Amino acid sequence: MSRTTPAADRGRASRPRPAGAPEVETVFREEFGRVVATLVKRFGDIDLAEEMAQEAFVEAMQRWPRDGVPPNPGAWLTTTARNRGIDRLRRESHRDAKQQAAYHLYGEEESVPSAPVTSVTDERLRLLFTCCHPALAADAQVALTLRLLGGLTVPEVADAFLVPERTMAQRITRAKRKIKAANIPFRVPRDADLPDRLRGVLGTIFLVFNEGYLPQSGEHAIRTDLCHEAIRLGRVLRGLMPDEPEVTGLLALMVLTEARRPARVGGDGVLVPLDEQDRTLWDRALIDEGHDLVRWCLRRNRPGPYQLMAAVNAVHTDADSVSDTDWGQVLALYDQMYAATPTPVVALNRAVVVAELEGAEAGLAIVDGLVLDGYHPFHATRADLLRRLGRANEARAAYDRAIELASNPAQIAFLTLRRDALDPPAG
Amino acid sequence: MTQYMISVMATEGEPQPSGAEMQRSFRDVETFNEKLRKNGHWVFAGGMHEPSTATVVDGTGTDVVTTDGPFSESKEYIGGFWVIEATDLDAALRLAAEGSKACGGKVEVRPFHDEADIEDMVREADARA
Repeated sequence: MSRTTPAADRGRASRPRPAGAPEVETVFREEFGRVVATLVKRFGDIDLAEEMAQEAFVEAMQRWPRDGVPPNPGAWLTTTARNRGIDRLRRESHRDAKQQAAYHLYGEEESVPSAPVTSVTDERLRLLFTCCHPALAADAQVALTLRLLGGLTVPEVADAFLVPERTMAQRITRAKRKIKAANIPFRVPRDADLPDRLRGVLGTIFLVFNEGYLPQSGEHAIRTDLCHEAIRLGRVLRGLMPDEPEVTGLLALMVLTEARRPARVGGDGVLVPLDEQDRTLWDRALIDEGHDLVRWCLRRNRPGPYQLMAAVNAVHTDADSVSDTDWGQVLALYDQMYAATPTPVVALNRAVVVAELEGAEAGLAIVDGLVLDGYHPFHATRADLLRRLGRANEARAAYDRAIELASNPAQIAFLTLRRDALDPPAG
Repeated sequence: MTQYMISVMATEGEPQPSGAEMQRSFRDVETFNEKLRKNGHWVFAGGMHEPSTATVVDGTGTDVVTTDGPFSESKEYIGGFWVIEATDLDAALRLAAEGSKACGGKVEVRPFHDEADIEDMVREADARA
């Protein structure tokens, strides 16, 4: 298959041009969610929508390298998938009544065969809310979102979460079955439910990001593909809900976190803490984008947890070194976060900042008052504070506990290194 | 429209409400039922005696076998239920939340089959065979 795109044809979107497999792949990722969402709206059936979208992409794979990419690939795919769906429904007269009803309801527009794909944005948003419905289990929400909106194949989703393909296929099938049987609506929730439901959607996207940024299972220190997919979904959501500050806050948080990724794990596979990171490796373009997003949030002045976390990251990425960091500002942000959500985890993060401003002793006093025994960052933080205070024996015990609880390989390597560098036990 | 069963989940040995609490709950449930009827959601509802009053009947063999119930010895049991009709799960969940508040217990929402589902199930069973 040819990878080349004749330079003369570049930028002339009106004329078909030959496509290479990577190009079809890119279009696939970009358009899959749109095509599925449009077809769900039309046919009222996720399985059918998914199958027809898949078939349209297979056809594109065969035709585009030969005939060129059509001027509007998304519309071509949607039309192809829709026509195949209609054919299928005509062939299968036994399709159930619900679908028939949906077909009759939406089938009317058929007189405009290649009508421009309007209001699809709305439809992707509907699909996102369906996939992230609180009546579905959290792992099913993530899987459905990656499959239907992200366009990942079932084996890819299985791979991302390190579960057998069969298990993931069952999880997705069960979730789709529940959507259909329980009649989970394909709709953006009404205003009264929106804040709650949006939190669920944001939580799902952030879960994908975190699983990429700090995998809790498997041998990878970071799974870049999942980080990128989460950011992509975040950008789509921001395009769909441009006025929701928390949507922008989540995107800013992910972008600013991702910006530091190149410096986060050393060549030896050991996690590099913030104060030792080579800041020249940070991605300036992402930092600039993140700062713009945070400024947008500040102007809105409707803070929420994601925006506050993004703001903390903006302060960090604004400094040339740890000593340059405006820790007072970071503390003010954590104070605000703690006032809104007084959880031990927020208190722990706040304690780290207190330690920077007032010394390890002050930080440790807060940490020791928290009940977070099963949470490895608690022990890792305690270990670090004890180490800084020269209390090697206690630090060692805390490192041991943190290592025992941690599962990310880069994190374990870092904690082990720190523990082994402690002064040997007295006596 | 989909029909849903909203079951009120009770747990064996949980503290019993006082007479006043019970009265209030009966009154709240009646208000809720009235609302269901008025808005066209009502299909059926009822509260049931405790599981120890149940009898299990097996009529699948040649002789009918009757035994003292309940069918499953579980700490959780269904204390009562509503059968409602709603446009979709979101609407059903909102009603379930009201019902839960009215009766003072957790509820479970489960969709009923419709005719098309039954056709699908038969077809799927055939495909498996």
